[in-house]
Formats: sequence, structure tokens, C-alpha cells
Amino acid sequence: MSDQAKTAVGAAGAAPNQSGDDIVIVENVHKWYGDFHVLRGISTRVRRGEKVVICGPSGSGKSTFIRTLNGLESHQEGRIVVNGTELTGNTKNLERVREETGMVFQQFNLFPHLTVLQNITLGPIWVRKMKKQEAAEIAMRLLERVGIPDQANKYPGQLSGGQQQRVAIARALAMQPKVMLFDEPTSALDPEMIHEVLDVMRELAQTGMTMLVVTHEMGFAREVADRIIFFDKGEIVEEAPPDEFFTNPKSERTKLFLSQILHH
Amino acid sequence: MSDNREQAARNGGPAGPGSGRTRVRPRPARRIRWDDPTTIWRIVIQVLFLAVIVAVGAFFYRNMTESLRSLGLTFNFRWLKLQAGFGISEGIAYDLTDTYGRAFVVGIVNTVKVVFFGIVFASVIGLVGGLARLSSNWLVRALATVYVEVFRNTPLLLQLLFWYGAVILKLPPVRQAVNLFDRVFLSQRGAYIPRFMLVEDIGGWRVFFIAAMAVSVAVYFYRRRQLMLQDRPGFPSVWALASFVVLMAGGWLVLGSPVTVDLPVLQRFNFEGGLQLTPEFTALLLGLSAYTGAFIAEVVRGGIQAVDKGQREAALALGLRPFHVQYLVIIPQALRIIVPPLTSQYLNLAKNSSLAVAIGYPELFNIGTTTMNQSGQTIPVFLVIIACYLSLSLLTSLFMNWWNRRLAYVQ
Amino acid sequence: MRVRPKDPWPRRTVDWLVKNLFSSWFNTLLTLVSLWVIYFTVTRVWRWATETAVWAVIPANFQLFLVGVYPRDQLWRFHVILGVFAVLTALSVAAALNRDFGRKAMRWLVTPWLLFLPGSMFLLWGLPGSETLPHVQTSSWGGLTLTLVLAAVGIAGSLPIGILLALGRRSSLPVISVFSTFFIETVRGTPLVAIIFMAHLMVPIFLPGVTIDRVIRAMIGLTLFTSAYMAENVRGGLQSIPKGQYEAAQALGMSPALTMILVILPQALRSVLPSIVGQFISLFKDTSLVAIIGLMDLLGIARSITANPAWAGLQAETFLFIAIIYWIFCFALSYGSQRLERMLGLERPS
Repeated sequence: MSDQAKTAVGAAGAAPNQSGDDIVIVENVHKWYGDFHVLRGISTRVRRGEKVVICGPSGSGKSTFIRTLNGLESHQEGRIVVNGTELTGNTKNLERVREETGMVFQQFNLFPHLTVLQNITLGPIWVRKMKKQEAAEIAMRLLERVGIPDQANKYPGQLSGGQQQRVAIARALAMQPKVMLFDEPTSALDPEMIHEVLDVMRELAQTGMTMLVVTHEMGFAREVADRIIFFDKGEIVEEAPPDEFFTNPKSERTKLFLSQILHH
Repeated sequence: MSDNREQAARNGGPAGPGSGRTRVRPRPARRIRWDDPTTIWRIVIQVLFLAVIVAVGAFFYRNMTESLRSLGLTFNFRWLKLQAGFGISEGIAYDLTDTYGRAFVVGIVNTVKVVFFGIVFASVIGLVGGLARLSSNWLVRALATVYVEVFRNTPLLLQLLFWYGAVILKLPPVRQAVNLFDRVFLSQRGAYIPRFMLVEDIGGWRVFFIAAMAVSVAVYFYRRRQLMLQDRPGFPSVWALASFVVLMAGGWLVLGSPVTVDLPVLQRFNFEGGLQLTPEFTALLLGLSAYTGAFIAEVVRGGIQAVDKGQREAALALGLRPFHVQYLVIIPQALRIIVPPLTSQYLNLAKNSSLAVAIGYPELFNIGTTTMNQSGQTIPVFLVIIACYLSLSLLTSLFMNWWNRRLAYVQ
Repeated sequence: MRVRPKDPWPRRTVDWLVKNLFSSWFNTLLTLVSLWVIYFTVTRVWRWATETAVWAVIPANFQLFLVGVYPRDQLWRFHVILGVFAVLTALSVAAALNRDFGRKAMRWLVTPWLLFLPGSMFLLWGLPGSETLPHVQTSSWGGLTLTLVLAAVGIAGSLPIGILLALGRRSSLPVISVFSTFFIETVRGTPLVAIIFMAHLMVPIFLPGVTIDRVIRAMIGLTLFTSAYMAENVRGGLQSIPKGQYEAAQALGMSPALTMILVILPQALRSVLPSIVGQFISLFKDTSLVAIIGLMDLLGIARSITANPAWAGLQAETFLFIAIIYWIFCFALSYGSQRLERMLGLERPS
């Protein structure tokens, strides 16, 4: 296997040899949908290798926020810098940012007309101009890593939801991103399949990948997160490490949200 | 006896429910239960239904043969061999003394002519129109919307009569025909377009053509091998096409044109040379293409929009360039959605060609009705007409089923 | 919450222009070409419309366009029908908008609406032998009236037949299923022109001794044709009903017939309503084909007017006029259908 492939497989995200350096910078970001003020002055920073969980009630803007980080949503005010590139609407910057970030969607969004292997190798071949054979090798290693190497030549329609989402994670990892964005990755899954996806995300966290995860899975948050951000009505209400967040929430709204979500 | 029991115990218990060793039996055959009232009822209903159909059919049949007898005719298909006795204004070789059967063949060929070119033009118009409806340019979008809404909300027959009466027949007479670059002339007697014919001494060109084909095939395989060695994806067919074009262009320079153009030239009363398209054919072609093109534009637009938004987002999130997103992700999925309604639009175009009877283009239906009048054999002629259109529908359905099976996502 | 910062007015327009019309060199090219096309067409058409066109043909034949050769002294019947229509529509709109009595009012309005079509037709037909309401032959019905009557009868007649055919096609009795499928596929594979011709020529053959009016023959052809398409629409609706509905009804002990009438059909028809309206729009356009067998519908009238030596050669003006009439009806119907879909909550999430 080539050196490039080995690096891609081993630690897709690079060991945190530059910890403390901010890989995502968000400064006073405002966004409007028409006249609706959906993001109201969001500011935060994410260090390389940090795991951030974003939670909050539906409609709070958390999904919109994470989608602004790779340019799927635009912002009207404020500054967003990802891996040194600022998102200004300039297409070149957009493409550069998207090459360095990976996204996992709630609805998986696998390409139904391509096999699992082709789904994963599409990005590396056409964007990173990798050779087909090398891309296929990387893809197979990633499939092994997420636990389903035998599904390589099947089509997405033949896989269960949990398997599809794991393929989606492998697809994003194949591009060797510096930051992984997760938009409610388990919300569309049947309960018995949630843990298999969370296991993959846990393993990914252990390898040192920078992760931003929007989720309702508080158990996962408690275990894996370095920091939890609570969104409500378009603002960041509270930010704290998990033990502080769950045992000693400062805001009333946080307390209300936690009581609803932890006692159902 | 103890042996058996020991044997059974070793094998996991005696044979019985839950042991996993119950003998597999074939399913007992379904028997008609004659004592079951539902079965009897079902059979009775169907028999009654059949009886009614047969009775009504017999009644109609009797009336039909009566009326035919009063005209001195019987119900048969022998008229196909009779002399037609009427002229046909355009089409393949035919004269009055040919049979009705031959007349039908002429009609079918004429239908195929107009349907084939109609499908080609309508598809081009529809593709452009559909993409225009999705354009980022507001003006282009608006124009496309106007086109689609106008042509979809007015009857086709009206459009045909308009093209024929208000456009084609209003063109100037032959002597003052509209002149497009001295190549194409439009007059009230039809359109005159250049005709392409191969030159007399085509020998040299034939050699060149074969050489060009051979070279482009070689280029195709060479490029394919090159890509395989580099292990990159690409499009060897583009290279092959490019080399073919280059070689043919070279041949043009060296040997001159392989085709001569027969231009229409105005003589004393009419144009000589070139290809003459009758006003009826032109009007029908324009009308069918414009009408069906509007529907195809909507099909194309709907297909592209129906591809899930998340597909585009996922492709973009991977960093794929917009061109790649369209070509690798969106279009393959859009095609699957587009083909079934597209095929039914083609079928509609073929059926709508029968409206030519209103402007006098001698296609299948027109000739059919003339035959009906001349021979008096209304029903048999209708059966032949319907059979022709039905076989067209059947062929299309078969093709669609095959295509759908081929393209269906593996579930 | 802050208000979205908007650029001042001049800047916004310029931005919009740039984004929509001039965002790239290709887009700019398209814009210029489109502008040229618009200029070219509009000036040509305007010049024709104001200088060469003879518009007198329209007002001179206005009555023909609307009611054909209906006897002049009986035109009051149309005023009555239009009046009743206006009243019913006003009441329906008021009921739809009113939240308190809306529901009940709608129910009261159903019967008048259902009686409107047969009532109007009866009024136009008249009573043979009567003095106040003399009989008017259908051959005198023409123009827009005939078009509307043909379309309305076509849709009304095709609905029950279509439902029966759809149920027949899905039936478990092979004879019925085969016959229904055969009928539907044959009719759908044949051009409408052929079916209208067939009805025109064959009804007298099949039923000798009974003179069937030409208009009735056309209605038979149109109804048969539309019912095959209607059957496919209804079948689609039936197929979209989840199996759980049948099972729930069975679990309640309902017979298959009751299940169909009370549970399945209402849901199926509701989901199929938009395509029924679409079918009506197509039918409205297709009524123009009866001009080929010589009936004086809107298109037939236009044709005969252009054949009249007094108005010879005025195809463009006449056809343009009736094209506008057809367009207004069809566009209004399809707009109404979209509103209907939204009201019924059937709109697909975009």
C-alpha cells in the first residue's frame, strides 16, 4: 500500500501535534432565512482534535449552524474560518473548505445508483485525483474500520439504515478531512442500529479527529465530548465540559431542556 | 428399540415439532371446494358477465352485417387487395391502380416520417426548454415559462390549424419566397431545403472514411489502455470522436467535399433541385414538435428537480466541482425519473399525428378514413387502423418495461 | 431579534440584475440574445396586430363564438344559467372562507352543484312542444357552450365508468379483470380522433332505426376515451391506499363492498382529485377534435368563419382569439388545481 494510503487509513485527521491551535473560528455570525433571524451572533472556537457536541430543541438553529461550517448554508454577517480558509462566498474558498471537511447527514444521502465502494471512492478519484486502485484500497480499509467490508459491492438500497450511515461515515473519511461534521447522524435510525453507528463515532474520536456533532444522544455526549454547546432560539446559551454541563447547568433554559430530554 | 431411542437422543430428540427434523412436505394442492358458496358465486358472476358481453356483441354484430348487406358488402378483409382508386399527395411510390393495402403502407411510411423527425425536434426543444426553466438567468427562465404555458394550455388541433392556415399558407408565393442564406426557401407551396448527395467519384472518400474509422477506434483503445495504466477515469470516446472529426476535416481539405449540395434554384414556375417539403408536412412537423416539446420540457424539469436535494448537498460536501456533481450524481438519477414519462410523450406524439387528417397530410389515419369512404368497409378498416396504433403502443410498453428493469435501483 | 440588514434600494436592484442576468459572460450572452428575441417578436407582432390584422371578425361573430347558432330569442336561458353559476360560486367562496358556518354551508351547496349540470342542459334543451321553453336541437348548440357541455358531460360520465373499470381491473375474477384491462389498454392506445370517428360512424350502424344526435355520438366517444384514462388515475389512487386500511375494515367485520364504499374509495378519490382536474383540462382541450366530424364547437365555429368568403383569410385573428379563450380556461383550471392540492394538503414537500 502506498504511503498516501497508509496515512489516510491510520489516522484520518492527523495526530494532535498542534493542540491548542484553532481549526474552526466562528465570530459573531448572523443568518436570516428571509426575515427570520435564525442565527443570532454565534461565536465560538474549536481546537484541533477537540470533540464538540451541539444540542438543543428543534428549531434552535443547530443544524443550520453546522451547515454554515462547510458552506451548505450561507451567512450574512460575521466570520467563519475553517482550517485557515475563510468562508466568504468565493467559490475557490468554498471548494477548499469542503475538501478539508467531511459531513455525515441525518438522511445518509448515499448515491443510490452507485455501489458502496463507488460511493466511497467517488470523492478521492474525482477531487483528489487518486488512482482507482489506490482509492479502492483506502475504501476497503475504511469499510473494515466501520465493520462492513463484505458489503462493498452492494447497492445502498440493499443495506440497513445503520449500515448505510456507516458507509456514509466511510465516504466522508475517504477524503481525509481535518474536521468531521455530523448533522444528527442517528436521528433517522431504528433504535437497535443507533449503537453500531455511535461505536464507529467513538472509535473515530479516539484517533484524534476533530468532530462537531449535532445530536440528541446524551450518553454519547457524556462519554466522548470535550465540550457541549447548548443552542436555543438561534443563540449559544451555554457551553461547558460534560460533567459541568449535566450536573451544574447555569441557565434556566438549559435546565428545562435537560429535564425534558433526560427523563423520557 | 433402545438403539433407536439412543439414536434419536443423539440426533437431538425424537422427530416432532420443534426438533428441526420434521419432514419437509410439498404444499397440498388447492382443490376447488364445490360446497363453498363464494366459489359458486364467483363462477356465476363471471358466467353472467360473459353472457352479457356476448349477447351485446352479437346484437351489434348482427346490426353491422345487416347494414353492410344493404350496401352489398360483407364483413371481410379482401378489400385490402382491391384497387384503391384515389391519389395520395405525397409519399413513396404509389398510383391510383395500387391496392388499398399498398395505400396503407404509404400511409404508415408517412406517419413514420413525421413521427421520427417530430420526436427528434421535440426532444431537442424539450431538453433546451427544460434546462432553460431551471436556468439561473431570470430572462431565460421567463421566456421558457411563457413557451411552456402557452403551448400546453391550447389544443393541439388549434395549433396545427394555426401553423397551417396562419403561417405556412400565409407565406409569400414561390416567386417571392423567403430566402434564408440562399439555401433554404419558404413559400406557400412549402419549404425547399438543400439535398445532400454523395459525389460521383466517392472512391477516394470511401478509403478515407475507413481509414478515419480505423484510426479513431485505435485511438479509443490506446487512450483506454493509457487510462488503465494510469488508473484514472476518463472518457476515451471523446478522444476517439475528436480524432475522427479531425481526420474527416483533413480529408475535406485534401479531397474536397464528399457530398454535393443540391440547392433549390428558382426556375420559371417552381424551384428545381433540392428537397421539397410540402406545406402539410411542414405544418404538422412544426406543430407536433412545438406542442410535444413543451410537455417534454416539463418532464425534464420535473426529473431534475425530483432528485433529492440531499444528493446534491452530499456531493458538494465531498468537495466535488459543480460539473462533476451534475454529471456523476444528479443526471444519472434524473434520467431514471425522466424516461417513463418521456416515452409516454413520444407515444402521444405518434397518436397525435392522426390529427393530420385536418390539414390533409396523408398519414395512416387520413388514408384509413379515405379507404373507409371508398370501400364502405367501415369496421374492418377501423380494425386495421386500431391494430396499427395498438402495436405501436405495445412496442413502446415492452421497451419501457425492459428499460425500467435495466435501470431500477437494486433494492 | 434583529431585522435583516437590507441594502438601500438602488443597490438591491443592481445586485438582483447582476445576479440574475449578468452573473457570468455566458449568462450575459443569454440575456442579450433573449432581449433581442423579445424585441424582434414583439415589434413584429405589434406591427401586424395594429396594421395588417382585421379584428372586426371577432366582434362581428361574437355571439357565434359563444353560443353558436342558438336561436336569438332564447338567449335569456344563458343569462339564467350564468346567473345561477355566479350565485353558486359566490356562495361557495363565502362558505370556504367562513370558518363558523363554512362546513355546514358547503354540505347544503353540494346538491345544487350536482343539479347544476343536468339542470342547465335541460334548460338549454327545452321541452318539446312547449311554448315557453321550446325545444332547441343540439345541432344548434355551438361555440364555447358546446365545448363546455361536451367537457362537462365527458368528465361526469367518465367518472363512474372509470371507477367501475378500475375496480374491474383490480378484481380477482379473471374474466372481469381481463375484460377491463383489455378495454382500458385498447382505448388508451388509440388516438382520440379515431375513437370520435368510430363513435360517429358506428353508432348508427350498431343501433339502426334509432337516430342518435351527432352531439350525443361525440359525447359517447369522448366519455369512453376519458373513462379509460380516468380508470388508470383511480387505479393509481387505489394502489396508494395502504393495506392497513383494508385490514382495519376487515377486522371491524365490514364486507368487501362496504369497505370499498366507505373506506377505500373516499380516500382514493381524494388523492386522485388533482389528476381528475388534470384530466378535465385535457378533455377541455380535446373537445376541439369534434370539429373534425363537423360539429360546431369553439374550434369548429372558428373554422367555418374562416371558410366564409366574407371573412376569408383571417385565420390568424380568429384562431388567436379562440386560443386566448382556451388558454384562459385551461390556465385558470390548472391554477385552481394547484390551490386545491394545497388545500387538501396533498402538495409534495419540495
